[in-house]
Amino acid sequence: MFTIIRDLIRYNIEFAIGLLILLLLIAAVILSFFSPYPASEIYVVPPDLPPDAEFWLGTTSRGQDTFWQLMIGLRNTFGFGVAVAFLSRILSLVVGLSAGYAGGRVDRILMAINDSIMVIPQFPILVLFYFVLKDDMNWLMLVLILSALGWSYDARLIRSIAMSLRTRPFTTQSVYSGMSMRKILVEEHLPYVMPIVFATTMNNMIWSIGMEITLSVLGFTDVDTPTMGQMIYWANSHSALISGIWWWVAAPVAAIVILFIGLFLLSMSMNEYIDPRSRLNRMGN
Amino acid sequence: MAAYLVFVARRFGQLVLVVFLGISATFFITHMTPVDPVAESISAITNFGKSDPEAIELMRKTLTELYGLQGNVFEQYVSFWSRLIRGDLGPSLSAFPTPVSQIIFRALPWTVGLMISATLISFTIGNTLGALAGYYRKSRLLKIISLGLIGLQPIPYYILAFILLILFGFVWPVLPITGGYEMNADLTLSFTLVLDIIRHSILPAMALVLVGAGSWLTGMRALTSNIVTEDYVTFAELGGVGSTRILRSYVVRNAIVPQLTGLAMSLGAIFNGTVITEIVFGYPGIGTLLIDAVHAGDYSLVLGLASLSIIGVAIAVFLIDILSPLLDPRIKAE
Repeated sequence: MFTIIRDLIRYNIEFAIGLLILLLLIAAVILSFFSPYPASEIYVVPPDLPPDAEFWLGTTSRGQDTFWQLMIGLRNTFGFGVAVAFLSRILSLVVGLSAGYAGGRVDRILMAINDSIMVIPQFPILVLFYFVLKDDMNWLMLVLILSALGWSYDARLIRSIAMSLRTRPFTTQSVYSGMSMRKILVEEHLPYVMPIVFATTMNNMIWSIGMEITLSVLGFTDVDTPTMGQMIYWANSHSALISGIWWWVAAPVAAIVILFIGLFLLSMSMNEYIDPRSRLNRMGN
Repeated sequence: MAAYLVFVARRFGQLVLVVFLGISATFFITHMTPVDPVAESISAITNFGKSDPEAIELMRKTLTELYGLQGNVFEQYVSFWSRLIRGDLGPSLSAFPTPVSQIIFRALPWTVGLMISATLISFTIGNTLGALAGYYRKSRLLKIISLGLIGLQPIPYYILAFILLILFGFVWPVLPITGGYEMNADLTLSFTLVLDIIRHSILPAMALVLVGAGSWLTGMRALTSNIVTEDYVTFAELGGVGSTRILRSYVVRNAIVPQLTGLAMSLGAIFNGTVITEIVFGYPGIGTLLIDAVHAGDYSLVLGLASLSIIGVAIAVFLIDILSPLLDPRIKAE
């Protein structure tokens, strides 16, 4: 594990940059626990101050310190991405591995469900959920909904690998030595799909965080949990750009752009790492 | 051929099933909402003064009937399907009694127009740059452009559109940032109107193109760089065929097939990307309509829009699946 990361940093500049951004993000998450102000209290500092030595990123019209809001927002947004990725990975692993291994009717039924979820237009469905749930649409609810929507593509990917694993001799041997299906899937097949799972995790996070930001900017989530999208939502609703409080908008937008580029670089370099041809190609240079 | 027909029939069966399940799910989700449209309408009327309780009771009965809300959920579900098959989506609840289908078809041309032009532009730009970048692999300029476009790709739609809005609306205000045409514009077809509509569509289209071009570029570059190493290309190079001709007739010709499938797919996904762009730029298409419907609690409009998008996406995926064996003989119809 450690040598893999070391090699990746040495040979893959994209990975190094992505990792650096991820470490900065983790630092921000840790820092957010030391915030001197409670996350959702307003008018704790003088409003509308431009960035200076005391308030590094200025203050908002709601009397909050932009810097600490940003740190807490990053924590909630990142936590959101991790939670969705974790839950939807479990779903896609269970469905993908069992569909690929069992085949036949189980496979057909699971894939029918899978394909139906793939063609559902996601954004309208999310708006629909907000329409129904209104005030019950909180952070946890959104995690559950996005996890339920975000596993199908990767389940298909995992299934295709599991189908080829099933025909390998070691699977036949495990069956003859009396291992249960669950045991074969967890102990024998899971390690083979793990690299793919890691690479898709990054893509899944890009997708889910993007959705969360879009929904919260539009005000379609619980507006009291500070996230990146929430910050822009409040800035917009106070017309921050028109009244010249640009730092309120610039801080979250810049943070989001950096965060996404970091995740994207990581996913790109991991995809490359999984494909041995491009890995050798790079090391050859 | 017989095998192909069986394949098409099976795929069609799947299409019908997916549409049925999707729309049913949407129906039951919307009907779980705590909002009671009849009570909302009545309170909107009775807000203006006291009314006779008998008149209110009569109004309640009439509205329930007009909205198609009589009977239990299951009866409503059956009547919903029987109306939907005839193409009737019922009256809108917030703009009663305008039919939902009329409202949707008023907004649809805006979305479709913006979407198709933006998709075609980003398809052309992305594929041209991708083919060039795959063919002239040493070019530094192409590398920088590719990196820029690929870097834009992961940024959420909303944020990119928002950045464009800040740049061209506040920092350098040259383009109109909201709406589909000038306010109070004369909506008869004329040259100025067309110009006005184009001016208003530049920013939303630019957001869509910037996000879309990157993925075309990556795909095309990978396809091109695979084909460039094929023997027949090397042979043509040795035979002295000009590089422009090789690129156009030898390389791109072969690389474009999978990209065309992707084009059909992205035209089908009309409801995902444009919704957000429309909201940011206040474009009068179905995205804005959907958001307004949600805010107004108009569930027959929400249901109509969601049904339409499910049907649209499912048909697009179906068409791609049945067309791809015809476009590329290497794909087997199974």
